[in-house]
Formats: sequence, structure tokens, C-alpha cells
Amino acid sequence: MTQTVRKLQLGKIGELVPRADAPPKVKGEFVYASDLIVPGMLWGHTLRSPHAHARIASIDISQAVAMPGVHAALTHDDVPGERLYGLEFQDQPVLAIDRVLYYGEPVALVAAEHPEQARRAAESIHVEYEPLEPVADMERATELSELHPDKPTHGHGYLDDPRPNVLRHIQIQHGDVDAAGDVVVTGVYEVGSQDQAFLGPESGLAVPDGEGGVDIYVATQWLHVDRAQVAPCLGLPLSAVRIHLAGVGGAFGGREDLSMQVHGAMLALHTNRPVKIVYNREESFTGHVHRHPARIWCEHRATHEGRLVNVRMKILLDGGAYASSSTAVASNAASFAIGPYESPNALIESTAVYTNNPPCGAMRGFGAVQTCFASEAQMDKLAAALDIDPVELRLLNALAPGDVLPTGQRITGSMPVAETIRAAAALEPPPEEPLPRDVLRLPGGAGNTTNGEGVRRGVGFAVGFKNIAYSEGFDDYCAARVRLLTDGSAEVHCAAAEVGQGVTGVILQVARTELDLEDVRLAPGQTATVDSAGSASASRMTWMAAGAVRDACRAALEEQTLRPGEEVDVERIYRHAATTPLDPETGQITGERAHVAFAACAMKVVAEVDVDLGLTRVVWIGAAQDVGKAVNPQQVEGQIEGGTAQGLGLALMEEIQTRDGLITNASFTDYLIPTALDMPPVESVLIEDPEPDAPYGVKGVGEPPTVVSTAAIVAALRAATGRELARVPVKPDDICLGSETETG
Amino acid sequence: MRITLRINGEEHQADCWEGESLLFALREKLGFPGAKNACEQGECGSCSVLLDGTLVCACLVLAAQADGHEVTTVEGLAEGEQLHPVQQAFVDAGAVQCGFCTPGLVVATADLLSRNTSPSDDEIREALSGNLCRCTGYAKIFDAVRRAASA
Repeated sequence: MTQTVRKLQLGKIGELVPRADAPPKVKGEFVYASDLIVPGMLWGHTLRSPHAHARIASIDISQAVAMPGVHAALTHDDVPGERLYGLEFQDQPVLAIDRVLYYGEPVALVAAEHPEQARRAAESIHVEYEPLEPVADMERATELSELHPDKPTHGHGYLDDPRPNVLRHIQIQHGDVDAAGDVVVTGVYEVGSQDQAFLGPESGLAVPDGEGGVDIYVATQWLHVDRAQVAPCLGLPLSAVRIHLAGVGGAFGGREDLSMQVHGAMLALHTNRPVKIVYNREESFTGHVHRHPARIWCEHRATHEGRLVNVRMKILLDGGAYASSSTAVASNAASFAIGPYESPNALIESTAVYTNNPPCGAMRGFGAVQTCFASEAQMDKLAAALDIDPVELRLLNALAPGDVLPTGQRITGSMPVAETIRAAAALEPPPEEPLPRDVLRLPGGAGNTTNGEGVRRGVGFAVGFKNIAYSEGFDDYCAARVRLLTDGSAEVHCAAAEVGQGVTGVILQVARTELDLEDVRLAPGQTATVDSAGSASASRMTWMAAGAVRDACRAALEEQTLRPGEEVDVERIYRHAATTPLDPETGQITGERAHVAFAACAMKVVAEVDVDLGLTRVVWIGAAQDVGKAVNPQQVEGQIEGGTAQGLGLALMEEIQTRDGLITNASFTDYLIPTALDMPPVESVLIEDPEPDAPYGVKGVGEPPTVVSTAAIVAALRAATGRELARVPVKPDDICLGSETETG
Repeated sequence: MRITLRINGEEHQADCWEGESLLFALREKLGFPGAKNACEQGECGSCSVLLDGTLVCACLVLAAQADGHEVTTVEGLAEGEQLHPVQQAFVDAGAVQCGFCTPGLVVATADLLSRNTSPSDDEIREALSGNLCRCTGYAKIFDAVRRAASA
């Protein structure tokens, strides 16, 4: 909570500069949310539902409050204000009221002197449940009883869909939706639920101010949206709730929704003591939203020459128990369903449903990951059916400025899809390594399962794209405040969350560039001293913070010329070009644009597969990414490499497994993420085609590699095995026993 | 129970409950929060420290087991403001993003290079395979290890 003000050590925009937060991080001195300690601090713990769907008959806290060291045990009765909250729709109880809708739903809270006392006291709370049949199959959700009878997401300008449990149903009707082609390829694809699996579990510290208010130090992605949800639940005005950014150990969308914020503040205000809550890994798996599992039906119609004529896709997304950002994910999945291609006709349906599965929401790629996996598999099928080179087929259909998206939006900014495809295709993978070799460089690795027999090599290719920043009429802005001090130094305030992506470096590079000044400090992020920065998500933070800091710096310099020698303190708000909602009936734009800008990425992948055992090894990945302008090339490469790794995880190993809604693998022993032995070298090419409306021409870079790498890796596995591999993560059984690719 | 141990060359004492891990004692009682708690079951390596010179996950060692022993944490590597060569290499290579895994990786890399001054790429990957990183995709971490080895 007392992070020192960071001092500038950075260069200007476009320079390769080391991160200012790297030295404290390598020394173990950087203060993460879980590192916070203050005198008199208590430990909070959350009791969670063991059921996916149940009525709560009673909750008895009497034993818990009598235990040694325990200072409070709280239930829904103790929520001081609004009992429901939500990122976009208020449909989620702070603490379960009379029912639970998912495994791990918070039911009660305890604060105690020692974390183990808190845990044991929580276990002693007696909750009488009456289990109910869970809605566990998303395909049946619209036939079963309504989980949210008040339909919290209805009446927000979406298509009215009377079926039970529909969070949002969107239809995009583009051109002649029945247009026929010379060739047709079809497929049904599935994507498992992925976890963000950031290394730093949810944590934070709530400190009562003695006057009824509270300071919350927390690892989050958006300070001001947290405050907007926390204050009403505490029954407090916004000014009495101050949220401070504590060190964040990764985010990837999983910190957009609240975790401990209200809970910690309730315990702190109740006990009048600082309260720290740190989730363990198992709790983290239930404590945040996941990537939506998806089932996607596709029919691609094309000419003999390979031009897309009509793409018809139906997308079903399991939103889980609460809305979170599912309505936006459903829309994004639809908007980017067909990939970065022009098709004169399209019919796309996307539906997100409520179930009793773990709630899903934002994760890196936000709906575009699932559809890219499906539509790129379709493009390969089409290439095979037409006997056209897959790269040529993609180039033939690649989107370019001036083209029209299925939503009717004309692309007016940067969209170098063809350049990106050509650059990735031109990358030369390393030659096949002869046998014998070290087993670490064979599928199965140190398991020593093959000396090369049964191993086949395949090369895959994929391209994908997604939007930058918020869409569909959302008032998306970022504030920055710049103080020019009389000693010649400058101080920047911006609430942009540094989640590891490097936005603090971007802010300092912009300020240094604009002010032409060495001595610039970035003040700690908090709600009290500056307006909202918006979310560190949607690949938007670099663009938005750069715009806000640039504008504030220029205004400060102008102010300084009017009042030389005096301190200057100005705040400016930056907005990107306005967007408007999609028409609820047709999914067509209602203004110039529903999305602000787009970024593409193409990848070539070499994989080796032991077809006898179904074991895989990704050998090499070549990526070309449309980045607008690389503010710090080293950090951009880091985003591409890291984003690719998360896509590799989804392709090969990562899935939240559930049985009747209960998570069965909530640990790093059972939910595997890529290790140092799983990741191949990633060769990156940065395509710099400046975005005309963005500050310095920047685009976001975090999501496109994650959108594409899953699709590209599975394409390589298909090339190696001849199997259809229509579901990720690909399992050894799918490789050994799965259906073979249809040809034609 | 009271435990006495040497941390980064200096003697420290703490009163511990028998069930507490070395990681908990280091972080919450002894003022060494550098080792991170990310999985508490020895899968992620974020809590890597040296116990009598051997690389261990501090979450899998009871505080009581460390009584009378020597512990080196990430805080013990730098000489004042002078970063350890491994730390400097992580900074220079851009191997740090969120940084939550970094203390564990720095300790694991220092341990590797103390045993093998010029590891091959395969030796690096194998040595660091017990340290999960979710941000970087490992490429710049490998680069950092190679830089540190040649420093």
C-alpha cells in the first residue's frame, strides 16, 4: 500500500527501454496485493458453495463466531447496501441469499487473527442446502427452468428472446443470407473453458478510515468500475470508498469482475480493523470468471476460385451462473466470427446462456478466440476442398481498408491483413532436426516415450483479428492528470491498471516524449486523485492511456506558457471515435461503426505428433502481427510470446473440467498451463501500419496472438495427423482415435 | 514453537504454529515477502528459495523443518543497489512482465548457473520447467538465462 512513486527511467516512444518496475520485481521488493501487511490486520476467508445449484434453507454462524481469534462471521444479512452487483448487470449477490447458482459461490465471510483460524471458522459455519438439479448442459439451457426469472439482461436494446436462460441472442444478417456457392464445407467445433490462471491469486487489503469509509488496496483491472460496484453494496457514497491499485500478478480478463473488494470492506467496516483476503489457488479457480466454453456450427460457401460467397455460423456460449460480460462476449464472437475476410453475405447467430456452470466473462481474446478456432479450421477445409494453397485462399479473401464487415461497417482505418499473412507465410521454420535426438526435443519429452518412431511433422497456418477498445456505443474514455512542478519535474496521474502488460512504461514514454523532460514520475493509481482510465482490457489501455496522457501533457504545456513559473495541474479526458450499437434485429451498424479499430495476427506453426500415443510437441511458431506502432518493441514481442503461450495452452492442455457444474480440476496439479518445456521459440515480425485515429498510430497488441495461436497450432496437428480435431484442448485420444479429416 | 534460522546470512527468530509452512513464516512473520505464494502445492515454483543451498519450494517445507537451517531468498541475491547478474539479465532481456513468477525464476536460475555455468537450451528449459510463468511465454526468460550465463 505504500508503493513508492516510480521515477522515470525510460526513453521516448518507439525506443526499446527496460521496464521501470523490473528492478523491484527481480529483487522481490515490488509490493503485490498479497504482500500487503499493516499492524492489527485480520485475515478474511470466504465460505463457498459446494453445490452448483441449491436452495439455502438456513445459515448458522454461531459456532464460528465463538471460535478463538474470530472477530466476525457475516452473511447476506450483513451486506450494508445493495445485495446484488455485477460488472454490467446487477444479477450477482455479494453473498448468497436464498440459493446458490454455481460451485464456489460466496456464502459467508469470516475475519480472524490467523488465516488458518479464519479458514476453520468458515468450515464451522453450518449451511443447510437443498440441492437442486443443475442446468449443466448449455445446449439444454433454453429448455430448462429459468435461473434468473427477472431476466436481468433483457431490455438493454438486445433482440428480445423469450427462451429461458438466454443472456443475449444476436443475429447478424448480411447481404443475401441464402446465397449459394459452388462449394460448401461444414463443421462443428468445440472450445473448452479456459482459465486466466494468472500467477498472483486474487488478493487485497481493506482498511477502515474510522469515519465510516474504507480504502481498498487491490489487484484489479479497472479501479473506477470496482468503486462503482463496491460503494452501493456498502451503502456508501463513492467518495467514501477509495480504491488503490496494489501490485497485480497478471490479469488476462480475470480481474475485471469483483473478487474480494466488497467482502474485505464489509469485514473491515464490521470489525474496524484492516482485513486482508488472499485466495489460494483452488479458490482462485472458482473466484473469477473463465473463458466461455463454446460450440460452433459452420457452413462456408465459396466460388470455385475460392472467394467466400456466404458464411453461416451459429455460436453457443456457456455464460455460467451470472452475466458478467457475457452479452459483450456473445456480440464480439458474432462480429469477428468469420475472421479477417470479406464475405458479401453472412448469417451469424450467437447466443450466450445462463447455466449452473462456473460464470464466464472476459478472457484475453473475448469471444474471438473461439470463433477463430472454428472459422480457420473451415478455411483449411475449404482450401482442401478446392485444392488451393491455404495461404493463397486466405490472401484471396483478406480484409482490407474499404471492405465491409458482416455488420455493415466499412473499414476506414488500418487493416493490413494481407501484409500480415504474407509476412508470417514468409517466415522460414528451422529445418527438421534429424534423429536420433535428445528426448526433450521429441513428443513426450522426458517421459521418454519415443525415439522418433511414430512421429509425424505438420505445418499449420492461421490468421485472426479482433477489435481494439470497447464497442457498441459504450462511452469509452481514459483520464490523465499532469502536474508540472516548480522544480522542473512532472508528475502524471492515471488510473490505468498495470497488470504486467507494461502500461506504466507507455505512460512514461508518452509523457517524456510530449514534455521533452527526463524527470517525470507516475503517481500510484487510485480513484481519489484522477478520473477513470477505463479497463486494462480489450487491448485498449496503450491507446487510451497514450491519448489521455498526450492530451494532458499538451494542455499542461499550454497552461504553463500562460502562467510561467507557477505550478500547473491539468486533467484531460480522451475518447476514441464514438461507436453505436448494432441493430437488434439485423446485427447491422446503426451509425458509422460498432467497433473502433481492429488488429490482426497471422501465425505459421510447426508441430510434431507421436500418432501412436497422441503426444505432441510444438516445434516452432512464426508470428506476424499488425501492431500499429510499437511503443516499446521489446514489450510488444513479450505480449506476442506470452499471448501465443496462452493460446498453446488452450490448444493442447487447458480446460476447466466440470461434472454437473462442479469443477474437478481446480489446482495447478490438475489444470495444466504451458511450462518452459512446452513452449517453442516464437519468431515475431511487427507490422507497423499506423492507425490513423489513434495517438502515435498505436494499436493494442495483447489479444491478437491469443486469438490466433490456438487455431494455428491445431492446424499443424491436423496436417501431421490427418485427424479432424474439432475440439480444443486436443487430447491424445482425439489424435489416436478421432475422426479423420473429410476431404471435399 | 519458536524457530531460529539464518536468512540471507543473518539469524532470525519467529514464533510459529506447527502447521505453518516456511513460505508463510518467511512472508508473514519474518519480513521476506519476495518468495510468492501462487499454488501452495509445489507446482509453480513461485516460492523457490535455497534451503542449505538446495532449491526448494518453500510452500512444501514446514517452518519447523527449517529450524536451525540456512535459507537464501530472492532478497539475498543483490548486493545493495547492485543487482545480481541473474537479476540484471532478467531486467535487460525484458523477462519480467507481471513479475509474480520472477523471484522464483531468479532463484532457480541462480541455482542452475551455480551448478552449470554454461547450460544448453535444453538444460535451461528442463531446469526451469518447475517454474510457471503465465505472461512471457518463457522466450525472454531463456534469453535472460543465456545473458546471465555469459555475463
